[in-house]
Amino acid sequence: MSRAALLVLADGRFPAGGHAHSGGAEAAVKAGRITGADSLESFCRGRLHTAGLVSSALAASAVLGVDPRLLDEAADARTPSPALRTAARKLGRQLMRAARASWPSTELDALAREFPKGAHQPVVLGLAARAAGLEAVDAAYCAAYESVSGPSSATVRLLSLDPFDATGVLARLSPELDRIADRALEAARRVADEGVDALPSASAPLLEIGAEAHAAWPVRLFAS
Amino acid sequence: MHLDHHHDTPAALSADAHRPDGTRRALRIGLGGPVGSGKTATVAALCRALRDELSLAVVTNDIYTREDAEFLLREAVLPPERITAVETGACPHTAIRDDISANLEAVEDLEDEVGPLDLILVESGGDNLTATFSKGLVDAQIFVIDVAGGDDIPRKGGPGVTTADLLIVNKTDLAPYVGSDLARMAADAKAQRAELPVVLQSLRSEAGVTDVADWVRAQLAAWTP
Repeated sequence: MSRAALLVLADGRFPAGGHAHSGGAEAAVKAGRITGADSLESFCRGRLHTAGLVSSALAASAVLGVDPRLLDEAADARTPSPALRTAARKLGRQLMRAARASWPSTELDALAREFPKGAHQPVVLGLAARAAGLEAVDAAYCAAYESVSGPSSATVRLLSLDPFDATGVLARLSPELDRIADRALEAARRVADEGVDALPSASAPLLEIGAEAHAAWPVRLFAS
Repeated sequence: MHLDHHHDTPAALSADAHRPDGTRRALRIGLGGPVGSGKTATVAALCRALRDELSLAVVTNDIYTREDAEFLLREAVLPPERITAVETGACPHTAIRDDISANLEAVEDLEDEVGPLDLILVESGGDNLTATFSKGLVDAQIFVIDVAGGDDIPRKGGPGVTTADLLIVNKTDLAPYVGSDLARMAADAKAQRAELPVVLQSLRSEAGVTDVADWVRAQLAAWTP
């Protein structure tokens, strides 16, 4: 394996569509829940421990060889908001294109055939990591990091937040990212014996509600 | 039918000239340029000029609304199922150049759902003079500027003005009112672009979009085997 492949996969410039999504930050900014660096940090911490943990465990499970169809169903079950399910599948489809171009693999081809309109993004992320020769822990980190890096860069655009402050938020969350990746990996390892019910199902109701409201706005900067 | 063309093959990755089923895909032409230069009006005029002879569709990239798509729908230049809006997260140039995945999905879905198509016009959100389309997304690109944006824009150059396959200097009817020197704009554009073509156009004139529509027809003739 090449550990450096993780840098390629986790790079914010990896062309997989993430730039058009705010991870709920746009709705939270509009509602006054994110107003600066401190509240961005709280928002990101909440997202990391809920949606981030779930995504991280799904991605790690895919690397370990759990059937991606089961993982996709598990992701659906853990995503109450139809708008978020749609966004996750759109991002999964976009990631699939970039992943197949970067690390051609029969498993990615098979998943693309099975889900022509996209599987949930963390599932695709895990299979992409697997195709790149990465390990489950790498995919767990990548998914956990994406769960906070997206809202952070979106908030720089939405609030004209100082980009150094936004990056400081991500740096301060690093120890928690380690712990989330560990928990996700531990859950993913249990899936072989216990099935996908062993996956975490933490949820953030405000993220789900905010996503539904956001999807109905006539004017918005981000797709989700 | 060739044996290696399976209908269940996943979608092509990028600029492949063929669709997964082996048929040749539609020609894709991008239209970019500054805000308010007349990109959407040019797209609308092209649709009216070409829709009776070609199977057409349009992808719009609005910055923060669906205004451009809704303008085209309101003007009824094409049936609604032939117009798709892509959301760009406040960065229209990213969606047409650095991360083209959402636009590629839009063009592929249009071919799947309303195809076969001869031509897909991909309109960028209004951006700056450096916005250009990736070759992975379009086969040729048009850059649209207008006389009211300043007659020094061709002289200033930049990737759009210099390298686009066609440069349109739009709204020539306004030149006398905004003090723009059309001859100078044409000469500067020629100096920047060497042999690449330039069209000076007023959609309010009788000729309208004729020259640009002819250029599109020539692109299509070169694309079609």
